[in-house]
Amino acid sequence: MQYARAAHIEHESTEVPTGRLGMWWFLASEIVIFGGLITIYVLFRWRHPEWGAESSHTINAAGGFNTLVLLTSSLTVVLAHKAVSEGKLGEAARLLGFTLLGGAVFLCVKVFEYTHEIREGFLPARSLFWSFYYTMTGLHALHVLGGMVAIACVLVAVRRGKIPHRVEYVGIYWHFVDVVWIFLFPLLYLTS
Amino acid sequence: MGLESWLPKAASSFAGDVDWLLGFITWIVGIWFLAAEGILIFFVLRYRRRPGVRAAYVPARRLRAMAFVLVPCAAILGFDLVIDAVAAPIWHRIKETLPPAQETIRITGEQWAWRFRLPGPDGRLDTADDIEVVNELHLPVDAVVQFELTAKDVIHSFWMPEMRLKQDAVPGRTIRGWFQPTRVGHYEMDCAQICGLGHTMMKASVVVESREAYESWVREKAGSAQVTSREEGPESR
Amino acid sequence: MTHPVPASHDASLAHAQSFWRTWVFSTDHKTIAKQYMFTGLALALVGGFLAYVIRMQLASPGRPVPGYGAVGPGQYNAVVTLHGTIMIFWVAMPILLAGLGNFLIPLMIGARDMAFPRLNMLSYWIFFISTVILLVSFFVPGGAAAGGWTTYPPLSDRAINSGVDLGVTLWILAVALEFAAFLMGGINFIVTAINNRAPGMRLFDMPLMVWMEVAASIIFLFSVGPLIAGAVLLLLDRTANTGFYDPARGGDPLLFQHLFWFFGHPEVYVILLPGFGAVAEILPVFARKPVFGYRMIVYSTIVTGVLSFIVWAHHQFVAGIDPRLATPFSITTILISVPIGITLFAFIATLWRGSITLQTPMLFALGMIAVFLLGGVTGIHNGVPATDIYIHDTYFVVAHFHYALIPSVFFAFFAAFYYWFPKMFGRRTNEWLGQLHFWGTFVFMNVTFFSMFLLGLMGHHRRISNPHFFEALRTPEADRLQWIATIGALGLLAAQIALIANLILSLTRGVRAERNPWRANTLEWTVESPPPHGNFATLPLVRRGPYEYSAPGRSEDYLPQDAPA
Repeated sequence: MQYARAAHIEHESTEVPTGRLGMWWFLASEIVIFGGLITIYVLFRWRHPEWGAESSHTINAAGGFNTLVLLTSSLTVVLAHKAVSEGKLGEAARLLGFTLLGGAVFLCVKVFEYTHEIREGFLPARSLFWSFYYTMTGLHALHVLGGMVAIACVLVAVRRGKIPHRVEYVGIYWHFVDVVWIFLFPLLYLTS
Repeated sequence: MGLESWLPKAASSFAGDVDWLLGFITWIVGIWFLAAEGILIFFVLRYRRRPGVRAAYVPARRLRAMAFVLVPCAAILGFDLVIDAVAAPIWHRIKETLPPAQETIRITGEQWAWRFRLPGPDGRLDTADDIEVVNELHLPVDAVVQFELTAKDVIHSFWMPEMRLKQDAVPGRTIRGWFQPTRVGHYEMDCAQICGLGHTMMKASVVVESREAYESWVREKAGSAQVTSREEGPESR
Repeated sequence: MTHPVPASHDASLAHAQSFWRTWVFSTDHKTIAKQYMFTGLALALVGGFLAYVIRMQLASPGRPVPGYGAVGPGQYNAVVTLHGTIMIFWVAMPILLAGLGNFLIPLMIGARDMAFPRLNMLSYWIFFISTVILLVSFFVPGGAAAGGWTTYPPLSDRAINSGVDLGVTLWILAVALEFAAFLMGGINFIVTAINNRAPGMRLFDMPLMVWMEVAASIIFLFSVGPLIAGAVLLLLDRTANTGFYDPARGGDPLLFQHLFWFFGHPEVYVILLPGFGAVAEILPVFARKPVFGYRMIVYSTIVTGVLSFIVWAHHQFVAGIDPRLATPFSITTILISVPIGITLFAFIATLWRGSITLQTPMLFALGMIAVFLLGGVTGIHNGVPATDIYIHDTYFVVAHFHYALIPSVFFAFFAAFYYWFPKMFGRRTNEWLGQLHFWGTFVFMNVTFFSMFLLGLMGHHRRISNPHFFEALRTPEADRLQWIATIGALGLLAAQIALIANLILSLTRGVRAERNPWRANTLEWTVESPPPHGNFATLPLVRRGPYEYSAPGRSEDYLPQDAPA
């Protein structure tokens, strides 16, 4: 395994490339943030069965569609990584473009949901359920946005034939964003 | 031991236990502390650099050498467990049990005063003859006092040094507890948790007195809660 | 897998750079370390000044404090809040974790820099912004945060509760940014130590300082997440009118306490472990002996780290949690005395049959152990629920954690500072001023805080601006103790003049330091003082562990990690 290394790293002590290691530890820190938030929510939800009624006002179809979109965008990022390892940088860039598109669709649907819910009067301060709903999906949406910025940067670079190894790193991150959503969707939408 | 001379005079049935435990722990950790400091100072003085004397090579890679550290630490483990075994029943008696009440009071912490509601002559809370007083409480000596503690706005902490009793008052919760004052006198009840501008000033005076004196105080104050009972209702659930 | 394109974003490390790239926006771990360290020390002056205001106010309540003025109750709350916040988050963390960690980890493991140098630079500048926000919060309308460094809601939740509005929001923002900065730094430390060790260096060849910095970073990383989540909820309560901590709307004020202490207690070890690391490096060098039980110390550190995650509720024995939780949490809490005891006893055993010289770094390292012992054993009083009923939120606790934190933060840092100063700046420090600094700090520290144990037993509770308001604290004995503590604090602050004088004197006219003035084994001493950008001309080949002092059969009493046998 020969990875591109920064000039200051002459020697790596393990088989794992430094960048990948950094990404894993970064995700570990993200997991405890989301993990903390999800644990708090679950503990509250336990004590408040009546939140089921509130939860029924979320738009399951939109959430379900978004789950599908995110999963598909994860697939394209995997394919992009595969293309890089085969040396097909152009194809990798194209596939990353699809992932970006998926992220954009996700956010558009989310904006549509928020507008709908706010129009119906379900504002963050309405009840604790909605406070949690906006906090958790909002924080997740920020992560989607951040992931899109990172992917866009890598895409531009890969087009020019630079830093192809970072396709893998943004890919790992994108999977994480995906997994968080897979927890949020049933917890917030489907527990009515 | 000498520790007691620093503590305020004990005035509740369990204060003696708390003081004894403070002394007990201080003795145990005190001996360990002095032993460790003594060895540290002895080593520093004894093994100062001297010309021609080379330090010993003791990396302590084997368990036999590590035992010099591990065995004392196993002893620490034993002392830890002894301390908690001795302490658990005391905690259990103070905080986990609720002996039958002879007096019941409701305490509400608010910025920045202690509000007390007492049952009055009929002995039942939330009736017309309830007593409500602010920052001043009378209690009969030797009676088991049960309290329902809550807070109106922010977290406060009910703290009576002489009774060796402290309990945070949390908005939205009612916390039950008890104590039994055993000594006649005037005591202070402070707020031990920072609660805003008036934190320091949040202080009530507690008068522990004979049964007769207490009852005449109750008769004098009976019914004083009527005026405020309606607006107080939802808060002091 | 092979990539055709080599990375080229980082040009040669040694070439000349502009002033801005060298001193301000530097990616060199040594420069970033100094930036962190000097920012932390500057903030220590602010925190120290606040301590002075607190002590003066308590010794003569109501009288204006020279240099500050009259202290009203609201201001007093802000002063204690900011004193705690600054000393923990803006002094202890930057100097011990970020400062020493940044400087030492790459040098000690034989790397040219951190794994992610630009992330490292970003970390510092985010920290810098957080510092600015915190300092600005002193001057906004309504004043700085005044709810204690723990900022429990509902006091911190609504402006109407504490009388402070913007100050609290800025406080939360500053702390959140600071956490982000240290997360970046922590990830860098962990990855660097795992992956960028010099050829030949196994994990168990790493100096204990590196182990401790990495352990501290891992503890920080896994404990801070829930508090970040909790801080977001608090911020939303304040700004978006949610009710996460508002019982009237279904929220729970105790939730924040759990989140805070789930982080807050491990944080103690985040601060303590780097301090232990510095002591572990210095004792062997000045006793000319291997550290006693290297692996044992590493394992007990790991046990400490794991235990630290299951003790948090000991801060909440009387906070309204289910009382049946108290004893289990008490057992886990006082069990920590076992691994900590192992480490401390191993340090003491390192001295046994050594050849000890008492220069300034060694004095501070020994002082760290001597003082920390008292902080450690009084932890038992607090960790036992039945006695905690009385001493919780009193000056007994204040004395306890100052006895634990001042040795971990200041004694250990000063030990490290005098020890690595020649490496950092290429000059020796003044020994006479160093000894003066030590004895002043040591004596006055004990004068200040020992009297607080007694005041606490007398019933002096925390964060009260006027002890004379209480009968038990109006006595002549109490007043005498207040004055002793205050005079001690003044002496403690005055003793730091020796440090500042030494710093200035040594930087300008200190004797030039050679590579290895202490005849130590670890890799940082094999390069020039100060080391150039990129550290090593060629990467060292590590052949042995870091503590081969006085090995039998050799004429020299030390054996560097990379020296051929």
